[in-house]
Amino acid sequence: MNELLSSPLFGITLTLIAFRSAEWLYQRTRFILFNPVAVAIISIILLLKSCDIPYADYNNGGRMILFLLGPAVVALAVPLYQRRDQILKRKLPILLGIVAGAVSSIISAAGIAWLLGGSHKVVLSLVPKSVTTPIAIGITEKIGGIVSLTAALVVLTGCLGAICGPEFCRLIGVRSKAAMGLAVGTAAHGIGTARMLGEDRFSGAIAGLAIGLNGLATTLIVPFLWLFLG
Amino acid sequence: MLQGFVLLLLFQFVGEGLSAWFDLPMPGNVIGMALLLLALICGWVKLEWLQEAADLLLRYMAMFFVPAGVGVMLYFDLISREWLPIIAGTVISTFVVMAVTGWTMKYLDQQEESKE
Repeated sequence: MNELLSSPLFGITLTLIAFRSAEWLYQRTRFILFNPVAVAIISIILLLKSCDIPYADYNNGGRMILFLLGPAVVALAVPLYQRRDQILKRKLPILLGIVAGAVSSIISAAGIAWLLGGSHKVVLSLVPKSVTTPIAIGITEKIGGIVSLTAALVVLTGCLGAICGPEFCRLIGVRSKAAMGLAVGTAAHGIGTARMLGEDRFSGAIAGLAIGLNGLATTLIVPFLWLFLG
Repeated sequence: MLQGFVLLLLFQFVGEGLSAWFDLPMPGNVIGMALLLLALICGWVKLEWLQEAADLLLRYMAMFFVPAGVGVMLYFDLISREWLPIIAGTVISTFVVMAVTGWTMKYLDQQEESKE
């Protein structure tokens, strides 16, 4: 039995079942808190914890699913290419929106954690929370945060943006497809982008663009801000 | 469909290679996305060669994040030790970023429209 649980078959099957069920629940209810990614993650954690199955066993299959994220990010070039004219026409608003988002992310995440008494290392770990995982980890390493904490917070941020990003945007009067995609992609990287792709392909394409550009912007801005604040 | 996957993986491979070789701060898959976009615009790669594979991957992109999310369970202790600054910082800042980015783009879009 233990051998079966640590074979990739277990992690892959569990992930597919959990995600398909979560998707079904969301399609049935259209209730925003039932975001498929968040529901699938929580149900798998609950199952592993209650059956005492180590994460490492699950991840033998999990990492194979995660592998597909690589080519999926490359595939974001397709919706970007299809809408290239609309994007090029608005390159300035897109670039400035991302830079404004990157600066506000660094300052607000670190600032709030610092004001609430977070320790130095924890505050630093929050800095790249809106950036896609591989870039975020690199930034945390450089500034001396806790890498595993950053990795967890990046996922948390992504789920939050995916759960209520578009709804929040409408609430604050941001209604254009481009601006919504940019806002959710900049704040909630790939997980937010996945939600936007489900809403509208153009929004998803812009969100995908924001993943890369926000990563680049944050990487460049952090050392610069450190000169000022440090 | 298979040739589409081959192309996507090749572009990722080149992107990962460049990222590692030049020690770039960008992950290889994001560089691969930029290179593929360039190749499509220059006409070196035709859209129909990879559309099917790309559509399939994008349709299920959300699912690919699930294993990384389950990994959060390893850090419950770490998070619970300083949960207030961590959770408040993450949650409030996520909404701040969406508002700042969304409003910036909305404002600049309106400026450009009024110019036209």
